[in-house]
Amino acid sequence: MTEPGSTLISVKNATKVFANGVTALAGFDLDICAGEFVSLLGPSGCGKSTVLRLIAGLSQPTEGRVVWPDSSGDDHRSEIGFVFQEPTLMPWANVADNVWLPLRLRGVSRRDARERIAESLALVGLESFAKAYPRELSGGMKMRASIARALTVKPRLLLMDEPFAALDEITRFRLNDDLLRLQSELRCTVVFVTHSVYESAYLSSRIAIMSPRPGRIVAEVEGQAPGPRAQDFRTSLHYTDLCRRISTVLMDVTAEESLR
Amino acid sequence: MTPASGTRPPARRSPLQILLPLAVFAAAIGAWEAYVRIEAVPPYILPAPSLVAATLLADWQVLSASLLTTLKTTLLGLVLAVLGGVTLAICLSLSRIVEYSLYPFAVVLQVTPVIAIAPLLLIYMPQDLAVLACAWLVAFFPVISNTMLGLQSVDRNLMELFELYGAPSGQGLKSRIVSRLKAFWYLRCPAALPAFLTGLRIAGGLSLIGAVVAEMAAGSAGAGSGLAYRIIESQYRLNIPRLFAALVLLAATGVVLFLLLSAVTHLVLRRWHESALRAES
Repeated sequence: MTEPGSTLISVKNATKVFANGVTALAGFDLDICAGEFVSLLGPSGCGKSTVLRLIAGLSQPTEGRVVWPDSSGDDHRSEIGFVFQEPTLMPWANVADNVWLPLRLRGVSRRDARERIAESLALVGLESFAKAYPRELSGGMKMRASIARALTVKPRLLLMDEPFAALDEITRFRLNDDLLRLQSELRCTVVFVTHSVYESAYLSSRIAIMSPRPGRIVAEVEGQAPGPRAQDFRTSLHYTDLCRRISTVLMDVTAEESLR
Repeated sequence: MTPASGTRPPARRSPLQILLPLAVFAAAIGAWEAYVRIEAVPPYILPAPSLVAATLLADWQVLSASLLTTLKTTLLGLVLAVLGGVTLAICLSLSRIVEYSLYPFAVVLQVTPVIAIAPLLLIYMPQDLAVLACAWLVAFFPVISNTMLGLQSVDRNLMELFELYGAPSGQGLKSRIVSRLKAFWYLRCPAALPAFLTGLRIAGGLSLIGAVVAEMAAGSAGAGSGLAYRIIESQYRLNIPRLFAALVLLAATGVVLFLLLSAVTHLVLRRWHESALRAES
């Protein structure tokens, strides 16, 4: 178990060039410490998702490295939960079976997985919808199911790729709070990709702002310490100040781009 | 966050949807009957529906035997087409090399009209086998092309999820194959189901057509006794009422086959697939 505060994963000078010649990342550096909630914020197409895929090992950097300083084994995938922008549920399987999937792929039988499935569903508040099919759920509930699926593997690192971008604001606010509660309960590290200044300011303990393509970190803003937010946080001066600071940096970054 | 209704009403058709076509059908039959009676059309030109029905009953022994023959060919052709089509679709979807080298031949077989191949098959094979081959040939393509389409239309993110959770990286060939098989069984198969069932519905109708075409090509030269053979035979003998009766049986067979396959589709997909939920408002 990694101590809180020590580096969990570092991406060192990573460059990613796709087969079609597009350079998505150039000289990307990021250290993520255990227990952090890091948001990657940047204009669309800046390679945010590519960073997540590199960390997850779904894609290899063209240059540079992704290092897990603390881990002895080669395979970090078992410690990762991944949530996509779309819920990405299997439409033919009910919620419980969808949540079972990561364990099923590791050879855990339905019976042995039962407790873990129930636990994950309870964490996201979907206990009573285990038997429902994805099409019977609302957008927010589908996303909850998707998060529950990522939680069944008890991840040390939760990678989220704009998970709430397609949801309405009221649902998103609720899921934001639920996510913060989950993180403090499970004590996992979260890397959260978003293009919303406000979402990143609300959620993160650190906001890493990326330049337009080819993406790299151009600035970091210290956020609020991990954990659930106070009820008035969204209206507090601290929050608005945070939003303003992030917006300023982001504006500078995109302004430079338009001059280039 | 209210759940969408868990207990939705079963998809019911309004009575009009059933009554209207029935009324039109009855009216058409009535008009036909009236026309034949009023104009006194001889039965060897156009038999009245009542005569066709009577012939159907009177010749039931001959016709039912023929029906059974054609039905056997059709169903066997369909089953073989499904077995062959699905197997080949799986092979083709697992390997690009196999796909590139074999799929064009499937297309060639499909676009060559079966009526043109039938005489050739009749030379090389015993008649019942040739008829079966024709049924198989036309039913095969919709199965293979639809199944392939289905197998390839898996959500890309779901595939990545499988890669993330399923395949321990850097391990041997065996574990890679196992994870591939898992992805196939857990993901590709269910994802391919709707497209496969569409192919199956088309193949059912085509298989009947293939059987009929081959029987016709064999014609009076063959020793066949299928419904198409009865039609040719009745034509030669100017037994037009029997020709109509055989035609009615063929049409009914096609309709029943389609309804059966549609019912299968609905049963399999009703819980999750959009196509099965259309009637829900």
